[in-house]
Amino acid sequence: MRFDDAHIEMAHGAGGKASRRLVEGLIAPAFANPALAALSDAAVTSFAGTRLATTADGYVVHPLRFNGGSIGELAVNGTVNDLAVSGARAHVLMATFILEAGMASSIVRAEVDAMAAAAKRAGVSIVGGDTKVVEHGKCDGMFITTFGVGEVDARAQLDPRSVKPGDCVLLSGPIGDHGITILLARGELELESEVSSDTRSVWPFVEALLATCPQSLRWMRDPTRGGVATSLNELVRECGLAIALREEDVPVNPQVRGACELLGLDPLHIANEGQFLAIVAANDAERALAAVRAVPGGERAALIGEVREKPVRTVLGVMPYGGTRAIDMLVGDPLPRIC
Amino acid sequence: MKYVDEFRDPVLIGNVAREIRNTVDPARTYRIMEVCGGHTHSIYRHGLRDVLPANIELVHGPGCPVCVLPTGRVDDGLSIARHPGTILTCFGDMMRVPGTQGTPLELKAQGADIRMVYSPLDALRLAQENPDKNVCFFAIGFETTAPSTALTILRAQALGLRNFTIFSNHVTIVPAMRAILDSPDMRLDGFVGPGHVATITGCRPYEFIAAEYRKPVVVSGFEPLDILEGILMIVRQLHAGETKVENQYRRIVPFEGNPAALRALAQVFVLRPFFEWRGLGFISQSALAIRPELAAFDAEVQFELPGVRVTDPKAAQCGEVLKGVLKPAQCKLFGKECNPERPVGALMVSSEGACAAHYRYAARAQEQEHEQELEVSRGASGA
Repeated sequence: MRFDDAHIEMAHGAGGKASRRLVEGLIAPAFANPALAALSDAAVTSFAGTRLATTADGYVVHPLRFNGGSIGELAVNGTVNDLAVSGARAHVLMATFILEAGMASSIVRAEVDAMAAAAKRAGVSIVGGDTKVVEHGKCDGMFITTFGVGEVDARAQLDPRSVKPGDCVLLSGPIGDHGITILLARGELELESEVSSDTRSVWPFVEALLATCPQSLRWMRDPTRGGVATSLNELVRECGLAIALREEDVPVNPQVRGACELLGLDPLHIANEGQFLAIVAANDAERALAAVRAVPGGERAALIGEVREKPVRTVLGVMPYGGTRAIDMLVGDPLPRIC
Repeated sequence: MKYVDEFRDPVLIGNVAREIRNTVDPARTYRIMEVCGGHTHSIYRHGLRDVLPANIELVHGPGCPVCVLPTGRVDDGLSIARHPGTILTCFGDMMRVPGTQGTPLELKAQGADIRMVYSPLDALRLAQENPDKNVCFFAIGFETTAPSTALTILRAQALGLRNFTIFSNHVTIVPAMRAILDSPDMRLDGFVGPGHVATITGCRPYEFIAAEYRKPVVVSGFEPLDILEGILMIVRQLHAGETKVENQYRRIVPFEGNPAALRALAQVFVLRPFFEWRGLGFISQSALAIRPELAAFDAEVQFELPGVRVTDPKAAQCGEVLKGVLKPAQCKLFGKECNPERPVGALMVSSEGACAAHYRYAARAQEQEHEQELEVSRGASGA
């Protein structure tokens, strides 16, 4: 893949096609190595006989606080989740704060407290990091970067190439809550709704799947920027198969659906911060679903589709009356700076 | 969701689709143009092609405002953003439309103050909040959006604003439909008429199509059931040998239109003698300019615009696709040089454009794209 865009645009950070071009065309080639080549949520490397998952994520969400969460909470949960969908329980995190001169200390304190609470809920320690201060107006209040490390669970054998036709797509709960919450929190649209961010650690669900049917668990991903559509498109490109999604089975809260209808957005492209997708073998799909539903907060998990051979490298939406459509990755940037 | 779910009911959709299949004459073909980009989008989004018989051919019409905007007008609009102290506002659809020097998004990335708004009133509010800046709204759209632009100008006048202008690119649908009907390669049998435009204009403006050109018109809504019912009504008219204007979208469209909106349009706009449509060329009496007495709010008067006509790249066949002579995938650039991320032609830009809809939602187009990607990466690794 080549990157020949003359300038960086917001779309390069939106998690869709442009982001993919930036990473695969400009950044990854310079660092090329086997662990990086997978380009998954966390890099898995062998270290002293253990499989180690490492990941880093930057948080630049605007506004800093929103219904159901804040930048600090995202910074912990997002990194914990990148490890979780790689089959690893977060062991420790590091956090770097870039703060803007002139910002009220109370805001920083609130975010540090939010991080501490989220870390406690997720059962992870924040063991170090860095702080920097930049001039007023240079970073929109605060940016946070977190780095996380965890040991990959011995039962986890995740590989997109192990995905087979007939496998089922499991989704942990309703989609789009986070992206729509941020969009409305900006107050630029005269729309109000009760919707709140879904930010949370997804490790308890992953742990339940690993305990129930590890041999049937083939692939996981947390559908953040770019949404479910982008994550599944990444999978079909990696495994060379197709996914048929039963659109009526995808859980979407009515507020999110309403906002998407009004604004011409597709919930499948909207970001999530507390959901995950899993591919499970068909014979264990119902057991896997029951295991996720048994964890508090997993009640609305659903099986939303299946893996097929054709049309290759395509995510297909299938309507109950027989209509079909291709579901593409996110193009452009409907909602800048959502995490 | 009320007013949405009822019109996406799988059982009802199945019933109407079956009725269409049972009604059509297998010995003939039906070439039906859906006029609006909104129809095109919905047909692809809901996979309606799959439930229609093969001898009904849907031709995507000109009713996508972004798609018919010529590149020269995009350049004119973007030149406004280059004036110091100016905020240019536009609908999200416009943000990826390429001018000769790049898209609004690219210009914004280079530092121009270009903002996306959902309504011209949002632009007006920006002007009130930024009295030291000139705020311009890049207005596009058919009769559907033109009344809100008109009311915004009247509001700006009432407020006595001195830092607010509109760059009007409003167009009217009827002359474009007539141009298509007059085109020598036209082979259409009927029209799914423009539902939202008709909420303003009513159904009468389409009567000439039935009377002069002997083609059925069914003004239709945008949900799957609306479109299928509209197609069924057209097929029935054709079988009965009738040609008339029918209103499928009665829940929204009054046959006589919206007189208050039409009054606002007449108060603010005059018809331009002619206007260029991308792909269709110059069409007389087809676009709206701001009246001279409201020149204080007219960006074309207040700013010096280049006004240079830019011809489309020769290889792009937007015009043929717009007239329904070619299908999107038959264009030489489709999916290659021209794709939603890097559109060459405007039909690839807006989600309502025939090419973008085909690209996004047609599985075959997706497969082709992936094959090309693989070829590129194979080429790169082989080198």
